[in-house]
Amino acid sequence: MKHHLSTSVNGVSRQDEVEPRLLLAQYLRDVVGQTGTNIGCDTSQCGACTVLIDNEAVKSCTVFAVQAGGHEVSTIEGVAQGSELHPIQQAFIDNHGLQCGYCTPGFVMATKYLLDQNPDPTEEEIREALDGNICRCTGYTNIVKSVLAAAAALAAAPSPHAEGA
Amino acid sequence: MIPVAFDYQRATSVEDAVDKLTEAGDEARVLSGGQSLIPFMRLRFAVPDTLVDISGIRDLSFVRVDADRIRIGAMTRHSDLARDPVIAANLPLLGAMAGKIGDTQVRNRGTLGGSVAHADPAAEYATLCTMLDAEIVTTRRAIPASEFFLGRYTTPLAHDEVLSEVTFPVATGGHSYIKFGSRLFDWAIVGVAAQVLDDGVRIGLVSMADVPVRAVEGERALAQGATAEEAGRASTTGLAPTASVRASAPYKLHLAEVLTARALREAGAVRV
Repeated sequence: MKHHLSTSVNGVSRQDEVEPRLLLAQYLRDVVGQTGTNIGCDTSQCGACTVLIDNEAVKSCTVFAVQAGGHEVSTIEGVAQGSELHPIQQAFIDNHGLQCGYCTPGFVMATKYLLDQNPDPTEEEIREALDGNICRCTGYTNIVKSVLAAAAALAAAPSPHAEGA
Repeated sequence: MIPVAFDYQRATSVEDAVDKLTEAGDEARVLSGGQSLIPFMRLRFAVPDTLVDISGIRDLSFVRVDADRIRIGAMTRHSDLARDPVIAANLPLLGAMAGKIGDTQVRNRGTLGGSVAHADPAAEYATLCTMLDAEIVTTRRAIPASEFFLGRYTTPLAHDEVLSEVTFPVATGGHSYIKFGSRLFDWAIVGVAAQVLDDGVRIGLVSMADVPVRAVEGERALAQGATAEEAGRASTTGLAPTASVRASAPYKLHLAEVLTARALREAGAVRV
């Protein structure tokens, strides 16, 4: 039996009929048609599918779409403003924070959540905060560098992207 | 994998949840944060025909101090508990353990009640409940932790009984939680918690049996003047942990002994 789902994805209200067993990650990819949210491990470990629900990082493979009813979902598609990349995205490019890029949407969303909460994290805090995201290419050194650079960029020039702006 | 199809209902209150569970029958399950249940459903270890979602019940998320007990609502999330000032002031060991559950994303969804009801002996709260004589409060009764964890994933909860809160003693003495895993977000291969109370020291072991373990022999040895190492060795008396791909049983026993000694020192439970 399908259930009515009333939610918001990147600020756009949506009304859909979904099966309760449909995972949020599958809903975003197959129903909404936004495929930036990747499914990596399919076992709640890798964090590639990280999105924000009401500005909090969650693994969208471990949330049923129906549970997002009445809440706001933010995905990688909502991070840039038009053709202007978010400072976090730019920092990942500038610091070689990705190689194959598969885990990157999840890392960017987890980083966004971290910097919203803690705009000036230490390297150790970054490594702890990103404990739910796995990268099989970079060895994390450049990801940590990217997050430090993003924090510095956001602090230097608070952009319209910044939380609360 | 995709879970088997099920019906989904959202409860508006605890009473409403009980009504919906009663009506749905004994294959219905409660959904709180879903961080244990959803992975189980995807592996088809769990095949409920109905989920009653209690995550919208705001009354189930709270931390209160009543005299010498801390009461925590079932829907209170790990991320809330890890940074809660009332927890930090009254039972800091719980905050320390909450901050080491799973990873950031899991802690943003997972709840105290969900973890306790899941009754995984590798889970932090189950061990904390057992070592500190927590009381598990449901819509029918209050169950002492010593009678709650019956086996791996097994509790006395009926299908239409909702875990509403857990109460712990206030404990502000020295404490330590050491989680040993191969990666930061992994389950503990072994975890050891120590808490100094007015009348002695409590020791809890994570992932050392099919149920959470209170290391009574280690506590007794300590009371009789044992060193940290002696208490560590006593703590594993009678245990036969399950081996896994990550750790053999003898390795787990050795780890538990070493980590217990370390946790007792960190908690200030022995002379260094």
